[in-house]
Amino acid sequence: MSFINYASREINCKIVYYGPGLGGKTTNLQFIYAKTNPSNKGQLISLATETDRTLFFDFLPLDLGTVRGFRTRFHLYTVPGQVFYDASRKLILKGVDGVVFVADSQEARMDANLESLENLKINLRENGFDLMTIPYVLQHNKRDLPTAVPVETMHRMLNVKGEQEFEAVATTGVGVFETLKAVAKLVLQELSKR
Amino acid sequence: MAILSQSMVIYEEEFERISSVLARLWVDANAKIVFLVDKNGQQLAAKGDLDKVDTTSLASLTAGNVAATDGLARLIGEKEFSILFHEGERDNIHISIVGQRLILVVIFDERSSLGLVRLRVRKAAAELEEVLSQMADKAAQRGEEVVSPFAEITDEDIDNLFSE
Ligand SMILES: Nc1nc2c(ncn2[C@@H]2O[C@H](COP(=O)(O)OP(=O)(O)OP(=O)(O)O)[C@@H](O)[C@H]2O)c(=O)[nH]1
Ligand SMILES: [Mg+2]
Repeated sequence: MSFINYASREINCKIVYYGPGLGGKTTNLQFIYAKTNPSNKGQLISLATETDRTLFFDFLPLDLGTVRGFRTRFHLYTVPGQVFYDASRKLILKGVDGVVFVADSQEARMDANLESLENLKINLRENGFDLMTIPYVLQHNKRDLPTAVPVETMHRMLNVKGEQEFEAVATTGVGVFETLKAVAKLVLQELSKR
Repeated sequence: MAILSQSMVIYEEEFERISSVLARLWVDANAKIVFLVDKNGQQLAAKGDLDKVDTTSLASLTAGNVAATDGLARLIGEKEFSILFHEGERDNIHISIVGQRLILVVIFDERSSLGLVRLRVRKAAAELEEVLSQMADKAAQRGEEVVSPFAEITDEDIDNLFSE
């Protein structure tokens, strides 16, 4: 749920990175954090296990500058992808404005992608949202791996409503900012419709 | 605070009132920091030694903490745990729910006490709830008139955000 403060002339929007475990959601945020000007970012908070798996969420606040006299901030969150953390995923989707689905391109992870996508639909619905109408983009991550399946196959299996798709290698940053820009744009366009 | 479709909106007058309640609580409770955040982790207002902490992170973690605790409450058949308290060696955090969707946080050290904080929080929470309900009435009256400042946003405006 975006938050518009007329007193301080600020607007805050929430974007959630969703997808299967080990797909590269946290790596997306780490790359964004590493490449953003210090004056435009807050701390990257990671609530993770000892083996660096997301336990509850990662959080990164970004300041994108001013639009129509309002300071525009995006709060980026990731969910824990591991199946058994479903209760936490549900909580993090509360009040979401836009979703990035980070799919893992490896053939062996296709079932996990599909399962996570189904789970996203259900958890959005439980929070009063609909995947068909919410600002949403699809990222095909780990394109660098030899086991990556063709993008056309990914598209056929995972594209739900003709959403924009981005090929990415989150570890080196390929496609990371393109994905972020696309979802941020959709969120702001959605606000302008209200 | 008006509900503008899905957005939460806060205006100058309400912001001033909320800020003054927080300022009074800060003094009366002898607190280091008091702040108000919504359940989604957006900070509404804050008062105190703010330059020493990252309030954006504080807001997000508080909301996460409350969300997890709400989840626990539901699991065991409670509606919510209305107060959370974390005790540290030096500093303590007192967290309470106001008007069901806001979270009031007080950080204090040995110059105050849990009893005092509890007492003052109760009073401040009642005042905040009153402000909230007046805002809800106002929003209901205003109804459809509320328009988003982004109604006329252009593609160019959005592109400019990413121009660096
Ligand atoms: N080769 C390759 N490895 C990647 C890429 N993106 C992420 N990784 C690696 O994949 C592993 C998992 O990445 P994370 O970002 O932690 O995955 P996650 O989606 O946050 O996982 P959970 O927190 O369990 O949900 C790490 O070792 C990353 O370095 C990529 O594009 N290519
Ligand atoms: Mg992660």
